[in-house]
Amino acid sequence: MANLNHVAPQQHMLRRFSLPRLLRGGQTYGVVGTLVALIVYNLVSTPRFLTFDGLTEAVNVNLLQVAPIAIVATGMTLVIATGGIDLSVGSLMAIAGAVAPLVFLSTLPLLSNPFIGITMGIIVPLLIAGLFGLFNGFLVTTFRIQPIIATLVLFIAGRGIAQVISNGNIQVFRGSNFVLLGSGRILNIPVQVLVMLIVIIVVAWVVRTTTFGRYLLATGGNEAASRLAGIPTDRVKRTVYVISGVLAGLAGLIIVAINSSSDASNVGLNGELDAIAAVAVGGTPFTGGQARVWGTLLGALLIQLIRFTLVTKDIPLPVAQIINAAIILFVVYLQRERKS
Amino acid sequence: MAGIVSSKGERSAWLANSFVRSRLLMQRQGALLMLVLLILFASLRYDGFLTAFNIFHLLSYNSLFGLIALGMTFVIMTGGIDLSVGSLVALSSVVAARVSPHGLLLTLAACLGVGLGVGIINGWAIAWLKIPPFITTLAMLLAARGLALLLSNNASIVVDTTSDFNVLANNFTFGFDILGIGAIPIAVVILIIAYAVGAIVLNFTRFGRHVLAVGGNEEAARLMGLPVERIQFTVYVMSSVLAALAGALLAAQTFNGLPTEGVGWELTAIAAVVVGGTLLSGGMGSVLTSLVGVLLLGLIFNILNFENGRGLISITSFWQSVIRGAFLLVVIILQSRLTRTRGKVGQTPL
Repeated sequence: MANLNHVAPQQHMLRRFSLPRLLRGGQTYGVVGTLVALIVYNLVSTPRFLTFDGLTEAVNVNLLQVAPIAIVATGMTLVIATGGIDLSVGSLMAIAGAVAPLVFLSTLPLLSNPFIGITMGIIVPLLIAGLFGLFNGFLVTTFRIQPIIATLVLFIAGRGIAQVISNGNIQVFRGSNFVLLGSGRILNIPVQVLVMLIVIIVVAWVVRTTTFGRYLLATGGNEAASRLAGIPTDRVKRTVYVISGVLAGLAGLIIVAINSSSDASNVGLNGELDAIAAVAVGGTPFTGGQARVWGTLLGALLIQLIRFTLVTKDIPLPVAQIINAAIILFVVYLQRERKS
Repeated sequence: MAGIVSSKGERSAWLANSFVRSRLLMQRQGALLMLVLLILFASLRYDGFLTAFNIFHLLSYNSLFGLIALGMTFVIMTGGIDLSVGSLVALSSVVAARVSPHGLLLTLAACLGVGLGVGIINGWAIAWLKIPPFITTLAMLLAARGLALLLSNNASIVVDTTSDFNVLANNFTFGFDILGIGAIPIAVVILIIAYAVGAIVLNFTRFGRHVLAVGGNEEAARLMGLPVERIQFTVYVMSSVLAALAGALLAAQTFNGLPTEGVGWELTAIAAVVVGGTLLSGGMGSVLTSLVGVLLLGLIFNILNFENGRGLISITSFWQSVIRGAFLLVVIILQSRLTRTRGKVGQTPL
């Protein structure tokens, strides 16, 4: 049997999870450094920085918006690590967000029980999102369609599907326990942040220590060689798109819970771009073979923090976007340098 | 050197097999076939379809997508991608609206300048800084959109209708009638000229062959002595200039510079290029098939509008995106069945 160490690019993944692993490689120092600098700057110059978790809706930049983006970006990290991409996540967020209220607000006999209603309201959208992810996976593996085009289909059609499901209506719900997913707190930590952390920890652990994780990195590193080594590359890729779909669905649910409403035209808008940017800044190479899950979290945090800092300094949103773009380019450029 | 004997080499040997070649022909011309069939279907079913009014309107509007798809074809043939064209259209239309009081030439120059500027940044970052095209053009998508909003103060700017800039929206009259048609929209003339030039460049110039070589196997092209970076740089500049031109036309057609327009246009262009048969992995492609792809996608919309007009089925705008997605799905599945080389194993899609 082929020695997988030759196929899989890093040897570190045979070791157990440890904190210094996070900072492995110079690539991350730039991101962490910028992050720390921005945090310090904000602590000094922005009043009530640490308590800014209930920003007005008008400022569309909220530190807690990191959670949904980070969750989607985690799934995106896995997809990019296999050498693919998933453009459909924004639409999947919308679909999950559209389905959820239909389930837990339903007056059908079983579902009107609040506990069952909300549980189903979480499980059913995730299942549906996962099925759409499986659809993507099939297009990529069985039909051998380029991932960017395969996921383009749902990017175009998915939001329409969400709008058709919700009939174009914005579904508002107040007082339902579902909103706890967005605004609840456990031990004074917002639920969404906990969910985000759990997702990231689990995914990072899977990548580093499980066989599936090794298969994933091998497939991304060199698919032909992996296949010849006996790795079920098609199954790995399909699974990865399912995971991406489910995580996108989860993010959609959180957004809907935060807003106490589900607007199929707006949930997850540009979500795929945000996720991809976070992954890029986080250091996962687009050629595949590496999955820097914690790097992606740092990337998401950095991007959000930049936006936040710029907006609170009264820099107009368009300018903030330009600066954001420039910073993303700069960080990715730094990483290219070190890699080559 | 082992990497040079790639599957591209095997592919060309395999292409010599005429059975396979005919399948590829069917794949390429499949889009054209579908276009013809749809035109037949539409002209039989809808009374107003074959009128000059409808056809010119269809062509004028899609000339914008056509120009973008032309640039995108060249970019994709080098194995890259340009996500910034949609935002660039918006930016250019804002610039055009702002500069329009100064006349046609100055406005075109301004838009050209914008296109050159953005294209140079894209091309430089991709070719020499080696930042992946996806990320570079994604960042430019954000930046250009931001700049467009900034220059327009978040509102739309009305074009100066007294200026001669508006001639872009008019028709170009021949002195005579062809088949009862005395004039065609200037936008369509520009489209035809652009595609004619593009097709000539691709098929008959050295640059065109170099583009295909770079996309086919970048390392081999470099070792052959081709100026790979310069070629990559050039295609992104071309793409941006064409997008800027499309923006100027948009401003003329809608009498407004809209900073919020153009969202998602790059993906429509990519879809058109793929529908036309150009491979995303680069190295193979045709300019004219992209035009067919654009017309095909535009025709779907046109047919949907007619269908809505008949009142038998009411297709809301929500269903339209579902139908477009479904159509793209059918096309790409058919294409994957017609050719065995789609989706190369282990090759990066970006």
